Amino acid sequence: MSELRFDDVRIHYGSRRHGLPAVQGVDLSVPSGQIVGLVGESGSGKSSLARAAVGLEPLSGGQILLDGRPIPRRGRNRPVQLVFQDPYSSLDPRLTIGASIAETLPRGTGRSGRRAEVNRLLELVELDPALAAGYPARLSGGQRQRVALARALAARPEVIIADEITSALDVSVQGTVLNLVRSLQAELGTSMLFISHNLAVVRYLATQLAVMYLGRIVEQGPTEAVLRDPQHPYTRDLLASVPELGGVRVEPVAAGPAEADPPDPHQPPPGCPYHPRCPIGPLVRPERELCRTSRPEPVHRHQAACHFAGAANAQPLSVLTGGDRRESA
Amino acid sequence: MSEAIEASTTRATEPDRLAARARRSRWLPVLLSPVGAGAGIGLFLLLILAVFGPAVWRKRAEQADVAHMLQGPSAAHWAGTDNLGRDLFARVMVATRLSVELALTATVIAVVAGFCLGAAGFVLGRRANRAVAAVVNVAVAFPGILLALFFAVIFGVGAKGAVLAIGFAGAPAFARLTQTLVAGVEKRDFVAAAHVAGIGRPRVLLRHVLPNIAEPLIVNATIGAGGAFLSFASLSFLGLGVQAPRYDWGRLLGDGLTGIYTQPVAALAPGIAVILAGLAFNLFGEALAKGVGVTATINRPIRGRIRPPVGVPAAPDRPAGAEVTGEADDVLSVQGLTVSFASAAGRVHPVRGVDFRLGRGEAVGIVGESGSGKSLTALAIAQLIEPPGQVRAGQLRFLGHDLLAEPAHRNRRLLGTSLALVFQDPMTSFNPTRRIGSQLAEVGRRHGGLSRRAAAARVVDRLRSVRVPAAERRARQYPHEYSGGMRQRAMIGMGLMGSPALIIADEPTTALDVTVQRQVLDLLQSIRAADGVSLLLISHDIAVVGQVCDRVLVMYAGRIIEELPASALARDSRHPYTRALIAAVPHMQTDRDRPLAVIPGRAPDPAEVPPGCAFAPRCPLASEQCRSSEPPLLADAQGRRVACWHADQVTAGQAGPTIGTPNGARA
Repeated sequence: MSELRFDDVRIHYGSRRHGLPAVQGVDLSVPSGQIVGLVGESGSGKSSLARAAVGLEPLSGGQILLDGRPIPRRGRNRPVQLVFQDPYSSLDPRLTIGASIAETLPRGTGRSGRRAEVNRLLELVELDPALAAGYPARLSGGQRQRVALARALAARPEVIIADEITSALDVSVQGTVLNLVRSLQAELGTSMLFISHNLAVVRYLATQLAVMYLGRIVEQGPTEAVLRDPQHPYTRDLLASVPELGGVRVEPVAAGPAEADPPDPHQPPPGCPYHPRCPIGPLVRPERELCRTSRPEPVHRHQAACHFAGAANAQPLSVLTGGDRRESA
Repeated sequence: MSEAIEASTTRATEPDRLAARARRSRWLPVLLSPVGAGAGIGLFLLLILAVFGPAVWRKRAEQADVAHMLQGPSAAHWAGTDNLGRDLFARVMVATRLSVELALTATVIAVVAGFCLGAAGFVLGRRANRAVAAVVNVAVAFPGILLALFFAVIFGVGAKGAVLAIGFAGAPAFARLTQTLVAGVEKRDFVAAAHVAGIGRPRVLLRHVLPNIAEPLIVNATIGAGGAFLSFASLSFLGLGVQAPRYDWGRLLGDGLTGIYTQPVAALAPGIAVILAGLAFNLFGEALAKGVGVTATINRPIRGRIRPPVGVPAAPDRPAGAEVTGEADDVLSVQGLTVSFASAAGRVHPVRGVDFRLGRGEAVGIVGESGSGKSLTALAIAQLIEPPGQVRAGQLRFLGHDLLAEPAHRNRRLLGTSLALVFQDPMTSFNPTRRIGSQLAEVGRRHGGLSRRAAAARVVDRLRSVRVPAAERRARQYPHEYSGGMRQRAMIGMGLMGSPALIIADEPTTALDVTVQRQVLDLLQSIRAADGVSLLLISHDIAVVGQVCDRVLVMYAGRIIEELPASALARDSRHPYTRALIAAVPHMQTDRDRPLAVIPGRAPDPAEVPPGCAFAPRCPLASEQCRSSEPPLLADAQGRRVACWHADQVTAGQAGPTIGTPNGARA
C-alpha cells in the first residue's frame, strides 16, 4: 500500500519579498490505509498543501513523496486525487456526469469498458447509474459531491485528498457523504488526507489528527490522544469552539487574547506565530517573553510546537475535561 | 429491465427534460422577441438570396446592353444600368453571395485567430500568458480600419487580401474577449480537477473551457459579422477589395459613386443592401446577447433596498389571529406570512404561512435545510423582498407598527433605526470602495440625524462595543482590510448605529472559522444581554441555534413544523424531522463505530411540495394520513408547537425512531 509523506514542504505565493508564505515547512505523513485529519482555520495553508500534493501548486521547498518516491506529475494515471470543496464549481456544467467520471479513468479503457466502469463507480458512491447520461445541473450538492468522489476513485488512486468536502453541504446531507467516505475507505483501503475545519467531523473519520496554524503544523498524533489531552493552546481553543447541542458548552480557557484578529499571513508574527492570540502566552502571562522571540520546535508530546505545552496544561486543561465527564456519565 | 429500475429512470429523466427545456428556452425567446424575430427573418432571407440569387439573376446581371448605358431607374431596370448597360438591381442581387461569403469568411478568420491568440496563454502557461496579453493589448489599441489597411497592403489587393485583412484586423477584439472569458472559467474547480486527472492543457481547453465560453463568443461573432459587411464595403470602395470582373456590394458602391449626382440609385442600391445585411446580423447578435444575459441574471439572490411590500390582507385559509396571540411588548409578530414568486410553472410559494412572535430581549432561532424558506422569511420581515416576489401576511407587526399598512417611507425609517440585519457574507454587504467608518456614519446621519462629527464619534464607540480592536484606526480602513470575523463585527456595529430592537442574523457565522464563529455568537449574546435587543438567528446548523437561542423554530418546505425551547432540543423534540436534524449533526461524543444518522431523500422543491405532510416521503413514521392531509401546527399547554400527526408517537418512545440508515440513503 501507499504512504504519502510531506517532507519539510514550503509553498510561497507571489514574489520572494512581498509574497505570501502559505506553508512554512510541514512534515506530515499519511500512513498507508489510514485517514489523517487536518484541521485549522482559513488561511492556515490546508488547501495549499492539498493542491500541492496533486501538482496544482509548485513547491518552493521540501518534497512530497509517495512510498518514498516523487509523485508523477505528468500524463494520466495520477496516484493522488483531490476532491474539491465546492461541488458546484468542481463539475463541468457542460459535460454529462458519465463523461466527467470517465475522464479520469486510466488510459486504454475501451468504450464499453468505460461505460461499465462508470456504472460501477456510480453504484459505489450509491448513485443511480442512470444519472450518467444527465448533466450536473440537476443534482443536489450531496449528489454532486458523490460524483466528485466517483471521479476521484475512477483514477484508482492510492491516496485521496478530501479538501473540506462537506463544508458546502447542509448538515443533514453531510452525514451521508461522511458515511460514504468512511465505508469506501474501509472497503478500498485507500489512504486519505481529510481536511476540515470541523473537529467533530474529523474526529469521526480520522485515526490521526494534525492541527495546522499559519502554515505550520502545531500538533499531531492519534486523534483520540490529541483530543483527550491536547498539548497546544490552539488545539484547545479549537476544541472549546465546537458548538454543542443542549446548552452544555466548554468554556474557553481565557477569552481575552483570543478576541484578537487572526494574524495577517503576509506578515506572520515573530517568535511563536500563535502568541498574539495565545491564552497562556505573553499577553496573559507577561513573564513568557520567550514566545515573542523564539519559535517553538515541535518537540513535545503530539509534536506540539509550544514552549509551554507540557507545563501549561495542568491548570487550564481541567476546564476542558468537561467533554470527557459527560462521556463517562 | 425490471419495473422498479424503469420507474427510477423515468424519475431521473424528468428533471433532465426540464433542464433541457430550460436550455432550449434560452434561445427560443430570442427568436420570439420582436427584434430577434425581425433580424432572424432578415438573416434567413439574406442566406436564401445568397444561395439562389446568382442562379436567378446572373444572366441579366452580366448581359451588356450598350444601347441602354447609365440609365436611371425604370420598369425594366429597377435600379438603372451601369456603364455597360448591365442591370444594376440584378447585379446587387448576384453580389449578395460574394458579399456574404467574404464577410462570413473574414468573421471566421477573426474568431478563430482571436480564439487561438486569446487561448494561447492558457495552453502555454503563466509566463507565456503575460506575453500574449501584452501583444493583444497593443493590437487592441490600434483602430480596426488602420489594421485592415495595413494587412491589405501586406496581403495584396484583391478579394483574398481583403478577407485576410478584415479577418486579422478583427482578431484582437476576439482575442481580448477570449482571454477574459478563459480567465473566468480557468479559476473554477472543474478545470483544476481536469488537470489533476492528468488531461493535457489543449484538451482541457477544448473539452472544458471552450463549451463554457462558447455562448458569448457566438453572440459577439454574430455582431462582428455585421461589422464585416461595412468593412468590406469600405475596402472595396477604396479599391483595395474585390477586383473586376468580380463584384461585391462594396465594388458596386464604389462604381456607382462616380455618378452619384447624375444617377444616385446606382450607389444607393448596394448601399442599402450593405446596411440591411449589417443590421440583420447586428440586431440578431444583440437579441442573442440580451436573451443570454437575461437568463443569466434570473437566479441571482434577492438582496436590495427596502421596497414597499405588496400587502394584501390575510391569506384566505387562515383566519387572522387564530393561533398566535400577539402580546403588548412583542417586538415582532408574524401571522400567515407567505412569500411567492412567479415562475414558468405558475406561482411558487417558498414560504407558506409562517406564524410566530418574538418578545423583547428574546432570542429565537430558525433552522432548516437550504430551500426551507428560512432566509426568505427573514427578508420578508425586513421588507427586502422585491417584485416579482410577493409578500402576504395576516399580520406583520414590528414594535407595534403594522408594516403592511403603513406607507413605505415610514417603514423605511422605522426599520432603518430599529432593525439590524447581518448577512452571511459581509463582503457583499459593504461597499468595497468606501471606508468602513464612513459607511457606518452614513447610517447614523441618515437615520439618526447625527452631525458629521457626532456620527464619527458614534462609529468609533460602536466599533468598540462590537470589540473591534483599535477602533479609531480601523474605522478608516476599507472592507478588504478586515478579516471575515471583523467584517461581521463591523456589520453588527452598523446595525447598532441606531438603537435596534431586533437583530436579524441570517447565517452570520457560516462563512467563519469555528473559533471566530464562537466570538461572533458570544458578541451577539452580549449585545442582547446588555441592551435587551431581540435576536432572530437563522442557521442550517441546529447546534449553533441551540447554543444561542431561547426558542427554536424548525422550518421545512416553507412552514414551521416545530417550535420548542432550545433547552428541549437535545432530548424533547417531537417532530421526526427535528429529531433527524439533531441526530445528523456529528458532535464530539458521536459513536465512531457506527454510521452517522442521516435523513434519506432530499427536501422538496418549492414548486413541487407534495400533498399532505411535506416531510412524509422522508419520514419513517409516515402513514396514509400523512400523505393525504397536512398536519396543522398545534400548540400544547406549554406553548410548544408541532405539526405532525404522530407527534405523540415520537415522544412516547424515548429513544425516538431510528431515522435513516446509511445504506438506504441517497441524499
